Amino acid sequence: MKRTIALSINGKSHADEVEPRLLLIHYLREMASLTGPHIACETSTCGACTVMLDGKAVKSCTMFAVQADGRKILTIEGLATNGKLDPLQEAFWNEHGLQCGFCTPGMILTAKQLLNDNPNPTDEEIRKSIEGNLCRCTGYQHIVNAVKAAAAKAGA
Amino acid sequence: MATTTTKPETLFGKKIRRREDPRLLTGTATYLDDIKMPGMHHACVVRSPHAAARIKSLNVKPALARPGVTAVFTGADVKDLGPIPCGASLPGLRTPHHHILAQDRVYLVGHPVAVVVATDRYIAADAVDLIEVDYEVLPAVSDPEKALAPGAPAVHPQWPDNTAFTFHQEGGDITGAFAQAEVVVKQRITSQRLIPTSMETRGVVADWHAGDKSLTLWSSTQIPHLLRTLLAGILGMPENHLRVITPEVGGGFGSKLNVYAEEALMAFVSMRIGKPVKWVESRRENFLCTIHGRGHVDYFELAARRDGTMLGLRLKLIQDLGAYHQLLTPAIPTLSVLMMPGLYKFKNISADIVGVFTNCTPTDAYRGAGRPEATHGIERMVDILAAELKMDPAELRRKNFVGKDEFPFQTATGLAYDSGNYVLPLDTALAEIDYPALRREQQQARASGKLMGIGLSTYGEICAIGPSPATPAGGWESATVKIEPSGKITVMTGASPHGQGEETTFAQIVADELGVDIDDVVVVHGDTAIVQYGIGTFGSRGTAIGGTALYYALQELKGKVKKFGAMLLECDDVALAGGKCVDERSGKSVPFAQVAAASYRAMKLPPNTQPGLVATYFWEPPNFTFPFGAHVVITDVDRETGQVSIRRYVAVDDCGKIINPLIVAGQVHGGVAQGLGQALWEQAVYDENGQLLSGELTDYALPRAHMMPWIESSHTETPSPVNPLGVKGVGEAGTIGCSPAVVNSVVDALSHLGVRHIDMPLTPEKVWKLIQGGRA
Amino acid sequence: MIPQDFEYSAPASLKEALELIATGERKILAGGMSLIPLMKLRLAAPEHVVDLARVPGLDYITESGGTVSIGATVTHHDLESSPVIRGRAPLLAEAAGHIGDTQVRNMGTIGGSIAHADPAADYPASLLALEAQIRLVSAKSDRTVPASDFFLDAFTTAIEPGELVLEVLVPTEEPKEGYRYEKVAHPASGFAVVGVAARIKKAGAKISMARIGVTGMSSRAFRALEAEKLLESGAGVAQAAATVAEGQEANQDLYASADYRRHLARIWAARALSVALSRAS
Repeated sequence: MKRTIALSINGKSHADEVEPRLLLIHYLREMASLTGPHIACETSTCGACTVMLDGKAVKSCTMFAVQADGRKILTIEGLATNGKLDPLQEAFWNEHGLQCGFCTPGMILTAKQLLNDNPNPTDEEIRKSIEGNLCRCTGYQHIVNAVKAAAAKAGA
Repeated sequence: MATTTTKPETLFGKKIRRREDPRLLTGTATYLDDIKMPGMHHACVVRSPHAAARIKSLNVKPALARPGVTAVFTGADVKDLGPIPCGASLPGLRTPHHHILAQDRVYLVGHPVAVVVATDRYIAADAVDLIEVDYEVLPAVSDPEKALAPGAPAVHPQWPDNTAFTFHQEGGDITGAFAQAEVVVKQRITSQRLIPTSMETRGVVADWHAGDKSLTLWSSTQIPHLLRTLLAGILGMPENHLRVITPEVGGGFGSKLNVYAEEALMAFVSMRIGKPVKWVESRRENFLCTIHGRGHVDYFELAARRDGTMLGLRLKLIQDLGAYHQLLTPAIPTLSVLMMPGLYKFKNISADIVGVFTNCTPTDAYRGAGRPEATHGIERMVDILAAELKMDPAELRRKNFVGKDEFPFQTATGLAYDSGNYVLPLDTALAEIDYPALRREQQQARASGKLMGIGLSTYGEICAIGPSPATPAGGWESATVKIEPSGKITVMTGASPHGQGEETTFAQIVADELGVDIDDVVVVHGDTAIVQYGIGTFGSRGTAIGGTALYYALQELKGKVKKFGAMLLECDDVALAGGKCVDERSGKSVPFAQVAAASYRAMKLPPNTQPGLVATYFWEPPNFTFPFGAHVVITDVDRETGQVSIRRYVAVDDCGKIINPLIVAGQVHGGVAQGLGQALWEQAVYDENGQLLSGELTDYALPRAHMMPWIESSHTETPSPVNPLGVKGVGEAGTIGCSPAVVNSVVDALSHLGVRHIDMPLTPEKVWKLIQGGRA
Repeated sequence: MIPQDFEYSAPASLKEALELIATGERKILAGGMSLIPLMKLRLAAPEHVVDLARVPGLDYITESGGTVSIGATVTHHDLESSPVIRGRAPLLAEAAGHIGDTQVRNMGTIGGSIAHADPAADYPASLLALEAQIRLVSAKSDRTVPASDFFLDAFTTAIEPGELVLEVLVPTEEPKEGYRYEKVAHPASGFAVVGVAARIKKAGAKISMARIGVTGMSSRAFRALEAEKLLESGAGVAQAAATVAEGQEANQDLYASADYRRHLARIWAARALSVALSRAS
């Protein structure tokens, strides 16, 4: 039986009827017409679908849309403010922290939580924080550089 | 008005941040699964759970009865469509007819049996479970050496020996080399099956237009034009009624350099239902149904003199082909043979390949494609020889390198290495780590029971693939460059980049050649209706061949711009600078926008000149390019657990001239990660019934951020004489250079325990057992 | 990737939740980190899912009378970063930090994790070493089970039909005791190939108390009682650790054979104990 959910996505209110089994990632992509969160596995291991739920990074493929009822979601589309990229987006760009770009939205949102929790992370802390986000292109080195650069800029 | 004509700063060699990034950073890029169309249906493929079975019956009725299910198609519906093509031709090659859906028999787990089409992907997924297939399970074989044994189950009943082909190549005098040898070392070396695992899986959207009998097909592919040509053949459709579009592609690594059943299947479905249809591969399907890489069992024999002079190399190569030939499956091991001599000057080689059918996923081009396997083999063999001769492995390499004055160097495998200075990266890397001090440290470590290793690989690779006679489908690349009437510049490249950053590097080339602002350049690719025919991005060819085609197109265009500029400035000749045509004598200038407008308006034309500012160039390379480098890896091995940790990773690569150091560094890092994946973690494991045990990302271990070492990457620059840019290609270098350096390092750590070789991946248990028992 | 259809309830009170699960095939959803992946692969297909997220007051961490009480829906992230846990049950905080990844720790809950009872999960080793109790409630009952009686087998616990995990009760660690959780993570799944939780109390130079929990090695987490006894009677770490795998069958998979798992359990027990010993004062 379908249920109505109401939630905030990138600051905008949404209300929709959904099947309970509808995964949040499919809700975001198919019903809310977002293209930032991606699907790259079905075992909750890749992190490409990561969004922020009430300020915490979560895998939107491992959540039903009904669980997000009444909550606040931030996707990569909502990260820039007034067209100005978030420092993490800017740093990923400057440091060449992405190649094919498929993992990038999830990677940045996970890093966002890291910098919220720990504004001056070490390399090791950065690597541990993104261990749930697979990237097959970069070998992660430029991603680590990007997160460090964003942290340095925020601290400057 | 005086115009200065001082040469502006060029962008070649600069760290330019990528122009493709803003859309990727904001989640607004359009990947395959982001495509939505009114009335679009969703397809889900029913796949065999068995590696070998006869289909006794198939009942689709319960699925069709599910509300929302539009159609179900089975093998019978598509039996008259052409086979999935194999582009490789080898003498006597046996090629099984590769139907797009199974007919009466399945040959591997994941073999497509039927396709369900529904209005919604959830309904399609439900309906797959309602398809009833009755299988008679048959014996299967998954190990290539077992498949060659007498009495093994036949993958294809018509070929009971499971042999698809044998191939022999010889150069020089191999018998003489072994007769002269004072020492011969032999080793069986495997290069395990790997799963390419681009983060974006494959996917297809097909949209049939009944009115003009045309089909638009979006596919996450590396080769839109080749796909269009081959798909037209499968479907029996005129090629010019088919348009293939490549949206943003989330990685390929060779796995999307192919033509797959689902591409033909979605075209067929859209034509039958008269609606657009989408199929997106699941990760499980990606592991089973997209090509795998490697899959070698190699028997090497290296002949040498006691002084370390290498004389000749023999190889018996058993290639696990899987159940079918995909586009290049049988050709991949032949690349290994070409690469056998490595950087060394010995001129005698002999190779025998046996291509073996197994009830497994087809192998094909995965990052490096045949070259990592060969490089791993030769670099392991050099270390084994060094150990045998008690020589320093770096010294042994130096002694056998092709000298820097010997280029072009003809190899025993028929290649002409373009340029090189092989000692330089090796010595640079060894200086970086202070090699003598490390060897001393190693002695002390051993004395105190610690295991540390220093491993190196000096690799070469065949890039910029390649001259057309050496490729199955043409090895040139194309570029069109236009100055639009407003003066803005559009490039259309036949290469189809998917993460390599050519929208940026190509714009850098344009900005330099025309002296324009990089922001005035747009690079377009991946749409057969817009872009002239092209080959694609693979084999480290995008920049070396596609960039060169662009370079030559720009030279033609410049000639034309100058003609119009001279006409407008009423002089004989003009220079191009700062987005203007400049008469250097009078100092007068006219901006490109004005030149372009005049060329399209065509009130007046220079003599023998067509209106417009467009140039197209198809560049056929005269040779491959041959990058090289040295990777040095210092490992510490936990004596109690066998766990390998990488203390330092130093890569000194020479990929010729570097256009964008940021992008080159990214390619090296990513390549090393995939090489390290093979060396330490990744392996596709089948059980004896052909079930893929490492069938999900929870079993198949990709490198994660916390598993990767810091890569100390630097470069030497030996320009290639093959192209005017001097570039060689860098996409595969990291992967090729990495795995032998890592394994050499761990074997070095364990050598005093009697260990001579370890097959990849170097799992802790495997290493621990060797520490316990010695010798392998 | 796509779960089968199910009925969904999000009760607003514990009473309502217990009534809902009292009958029929009901599956409880907490953080979903174990259940949803199984449903996506259609390895689990519950008819009715009862979501605890709207039940108020289940995500508490409190301390009183030498016991830390952890509500069932406390996430791994909250547990790892809780000052109470870090101060009074630091072993558990350390273990929580090893679970999954950032995103999993944000959603996954202690109640959900232990109810799922994956034999390679991280918590059980620590809960055993801490001699924690698990409080189970149903519409009709309320009982407390020691961790050692809770984990019965792979994916099997003492939870009866109609019951749910209400809270985990952990006796506080003394500031002077040493602790350590060591884990060999599977490179692909991140689960424990072997995980060892160790606690040590010292009286002078002697070990007065040792507790060792082992996860990942066997079909269920277990306490290494023999090793504990040896340490408490004056044996060295190496001698004690050598016994941790005794009498236990061991799992095997593509990554590690049974023998190697046993070996890892011994080696990492020694390492965990050494760190715990060095932290004890």
